[in-house]
Amino acid sequence: MEDEVVLLDFWPSSFAMRVKIALGEKGIKYECKQEDLFNKSPLLLQMNPIHQKIPVLIHNGNPISESLIILQYIDKVWNHKSPLLPSDPYRRSQSVFWADYIDKKMYGIVRRIWMGKEDQEEAKEELMQCLKTLEGELGDKLYFGGESIGLVDVALVPFTTWFYTCERCGDFSIEAGCPKLVAWAKRCKENYQSVSDALPHPHQIYDYVLQLKKKLELA
Amino acid sequence: MADELVLLDFWHSPFAMRVRIALAEKGIEYESREEDLSNKSSLLLKMNPVYKQIPVLIHRGRPVCESLIIVEYIDEVWPHKSPLRLLPSSPYDKANAMFWADYVDKKIYPSGKLVWGATGEVQEAAKKEMIENLKELEGELGDKPYFGGESFGFTDVALIPFYTWFYALETCGDFSIIEECPKLVAWTKRCMQRESVSKSLPDQYKVYCFLMELKNKFEAK
Repeated sequence: MEDEVVLLDFWPSSFAMRVKIALGEKGIKYECKQEDLFNKSPLLLQMNPIHQKIPVLIHNGNPISESLIILQYIDKVWNHKSPLLPSDPYRRSQSVFWADYIDKKMYGIVRRIWMGKEDQEEAKEELMQCLKTLEGELGDKLYFGGESIGLVDVALVPFTTWFYTCERCGDFSIEAGCPKLVAWAKRCKENYQSVSDALPHPHQIYDYVLQLKKKLELA
Repeated sequence: MADELVLLDFWHSPFAMRVRIALAEKGIEYESREEDLSNKSSLLLKMNPVYKQIPVLIHRGRPVCESLIIVEYIDEVWPHKSPLRLLPSSPYDKANAMFWADYVDKKIYPSGKLVWGATGEVQEAAKKEMIENLKELEGELGDKPYFGGESFGFTDVALIPFYTWFYALETCGDFSIIEECPKLVAWTKRCMQRESVSKSLPDQYKVYCFLMELKNKFEAK
């Protein structure tokens, strides 16, 4: 019997992109349903009543929410190829630690940069600090996962489509401060189709944010 | 043979309590080192340079940080110490356990802090949020003895330390948790019957005094 896999998606969401990369890596066929976050579908409210957020993965009718939990679920269920996590418990704990670090930092910082309010300068500094810390963790490896992409790469790379938006809104260069990380992002997109397929063009994100800012100022 | 296990600890931290409970559930021996959070040890700063926070579990010289990550690590490294696994083996049940443990971190901890730590409108809003959150947890518990089902599990470990905040929440927020969530309170009593829990949790009144000291220090700044 074939698996039925549905993803409740929102195309600019870095969290949803993570799931699309993982599904792509594992070669899983799925149906992608776009959500309008200003008018959430009854399916989303039913499948994620607690947080009412995307992404939600619905596997044979069963919902899984929270992108890092979804990634670990996908890795466990479809363990036939492209492992996202190492099998050694210590190395696993380190991967989950860094993915969690990205969760704690990136979304909030990026939001404060594109919102362009009084805390923008502080957010820009925090972003560079955060990316430098991650550069330190990457070290001389090709990917955070080592020779191939892993949980941390999948957790972080979607935020790189938002770099152009941050640079335009914040008037600064991320590549100048973190060349290694920018090179890593290029490497992911060039060598992994699952990544290039899942990530919208950075200019599309910028257009979306400009429209969103207009909408929020009017609201 | 001691497995060279050190826990950088802080008696009143609900996050550290999670680790103490998990280690006790598994019957694992370890050395606990109490940190002075106003004067952090060089070991803590070396072992957790990113957050400089406890708990940190140091296993054979290698640090594991973040309480839920530590509990999962303990469950994987020592599955043989107990017939119980804290995390279910089924991927879906495991995802569900992690979701609710994450819910505790995202909801209970921040709203709880504001109930005992804030005043006025901020506190009122946090109290409403907290009651809603506790009711959502009660909904998830349902008629099961534990969040883990028949056995004490990962979500139970994640949540039970916040039982030590109940006196502070009720006193500062002026509400009764047993009135709002009787099933949840029954669950806390059930957990407290486990030695791993009762030996790992400080007294509620002492926690209240500690939190009020923290609140005063913060307000004084």
